[in-house]
Amino acid sequence: MSLAPSSHMVNRSVETTATKQVPDLNGRFGDFGGRYVPETLTRALDELIVAYNQAMQDPDFHAELNELLHRFVGRPSPLYHAKRLSKQLGGAQIWLKREDLNHTGAHKINNTLGQALLTLRMKKTRVIAETGAGQHGVASATACAHFGLPCVVYMGSEDVRRQKPNVFSMRLMGAEVRPVESGSRTLRDAVNEAMRDWMSSVENTHYIIGSVIGPHPFPMMVRDFQSVIGRECREQCLSSFGRLPDTIVACVGGGSNAAGMFYPFVDDRSVRLIGVEAGGRGATPGEHASPLSYGSPGVLHGSYSYVMQDEDGQTSDVHSMSAGLDYPGVGPEHSYWKDSQRVEYTSCRDDEALGAFDFLARNEGILTALETCHAVAKAAETAKTMTPDQHLVICLSGRGDKDAAELARLRGQEW
Amino acid sequence: MNRPAKIFILHSRLRAYYLMTAIDDLFVRLKSQGKKAFMPFVTAADPNLGFTRQVLRKLDQLGCSMAEVGIPYSDPIADGPVIQASYTRALATKVKLKDIFNEIAAERANLSMPLVSMVSYAIIHRQGPQCYVDAALAAGFSGAIVPDLLVEESGALARICHANNFNLIQLVTPTTPRDRALKIAEHSSGFLYFVSVTGITGERTELPPDLVDRVSWLRERTPLPICIGFGISKPEHVRLLAPVSDGLIVGSAIVRMMEQAAKSEQEALKSIEELVSSLISAMDENAV
Repeated sequence: MSLAPSSHMVNRSVETTATKQVPDLNGRFGDFGGRYVPETLTRALDELIVAYNQAMQDPDFHAELNELLHRFVGRPSPLYHAKRLSKQLGGAQIWLKREDLNHTGAHKINNTLGQALLTLRMKKTRVIAETGAGQHGVASATACAHFGLPCVVYMGSEDVRRQKPNVFSMRLMGAEVRPVESGSRTLRDAVNEAMRDWMSSVENTHYIIGSVIGPHPFPMMVRDFQSVIGRECREQCLSSFGRLPDTIVACVGGGSNAAGMFYPFVDDRSVRLIGVEAGGRGATPGEHASPLSYGSPGVLHGSYSYVMQDEDGQTSDVHSMSAGLDYPGVGPEHSYWKDSQRVEYTSCRDDEALGAFDFLARNEGILTALETCHAVAKAAETAKTMTPDQHLVICLSGRGDKDAAELARLRGQEW
Repeated sequence: MNRPAKIFILHSRLRAYYLMTAIDDLFVRLKSQGKKAFMPFVTAADPNLGFTRQVLRKLDQLGCSMAEVGIPYSDPIADGPVIQASYTRALATKVKLKDIFNEIAAERANLSMPLVSMVSYAIIHRQGPQCYVDAALAAGFSGAIVPDLLVEESGALARICHANNFNLIQLVTPTTPRDRALKIAEHSSGFLYFVSVTGITGERTELPPDLVDRVSWLRERTPLPICIGFGISKPEHVRLLAPVSDGLIVGSAIVRMMEQAAKSEQEALKSIEELVSSLISAMDENAV
């Protein structure tokens, strides 16, 4: 009776060239993705695929979404040349794609408005969402308030504690925040609880998943809604410095800002793409949240992707000081990009990210979300190895106001 | 047993009659006796594997037709609070899959009823489907219910199960369209698990009014036995549903009793015995 992990997991076929023509009709990005959910959810997922495909072919849908992104969210978000930061580091020119300047302060709103429009098209009357850092919760509450939909947000009670300002904002906009007390009381448990709600409410409720995770079609759909980041960025690079950037860096928890930023550049082989996971307190299991760096392929929350798991397939506990990256899984397209070597994945420790927070605050006057600070730290390191005629873009996915109290607590300062 | 997989697919229905598993045998026997299957669910290792063995022995003595053994999983999205809490208690003991299989293997000879594992695909994938099926068979399991494996994703595992005479029991729910339910029935073996409610596991006071019609419709169209699960906890549920199905599955109501085992295993066993006896006697009232 051998229970050692079998060879089929070790000898998976490795794609040599990533393509933008993913996923296939079964939701597969190479080997990754798919649908691993209870039968109860199948019909809703099938309906969502149909509604999404119809919407994508409907010019009215695009017109309505683009109008909202422009006048309600404030898009296009600027591509800002951080000259002082570039000079301080003495390497590449650093450009910040300012998703933090969006309405609600992060990239999450790009996706929630798209999915809220789909909710209306599917004639569903209630929305649920999960949230870690609270940015997706706020963006869901915002979209629902805008369209007059009732909204329930599941949030781990540990995250309710460390992201209080966002909890308050959600409630101000009429959303109900339900703290989740199971497991590690973080994002993973919030996803579990939202899925369970959906199991019972699927007939009238749409689940707005906030990242490129979950069963097909969510990873594809969320990537597509977030790809506005990369599409704008590509044009802005061309108009700002006349060519594509040399390097782009984004943080990866579930991976939605990174997927939206990277996807439009996947076929531009000259552009180096770097995804930064949460390295937490170090490489010891349980001390970080870096499944692409230290995990193995497995099944979590409806799709097949890299995950932190034990030898039995139980999901492992992870750690990050940032609630938005404190997640043991990652979107299946990132696993596909990792195995095809299109994107380099690395990780950044809590203390390095905190250093980056101060660096950006003092040199540029920007308070950055703790999640995003992971990308800033690795970008700074990378920029130093580059020359001043090269260009590096950081996806500045969220603003840091929400983290002020938690930062004070981490540093033993008064708030 | 090394015939090409294609032949198994073409003859999968016939195979059920030629190479019967203990589950197939059970339903043939029950049918000839005019009886229905009563299937309790127990979480493995809540609060320890010794207690799991005691419960299984007790359930067998009480005349249960078959037992489902829940392999605890860290992220069970189809389960309500009772089974979640039970899985959490089990995993807190650091129990490993191989410990569960070893203890079940040791208990197997004492049991006359077949055993089925209820297991997340995350766990099967991690072992590799062939390794999982080999190990489960060696432990004395006759099949598996994989609540997060859709029929579209089940091909590879289903072929391995067929080739090893191991049942892969698939699920139909109230949200499953009728043509899809027929497709799922074709791909299932042993029996078909009919989920009574749109939702997660857990006791319910009321069951959906159209449940009886849905099950009856499907039962006329598949040769596979159909067993109903989710929400069943009371003798009146049993009286209503036993006549229209081939068997009933009771989970959370039993697992709720297991919670007491941390304080007193004897008390927990006694509560389980009382509940199961009352449900079995409600079922026997229906026997033809």
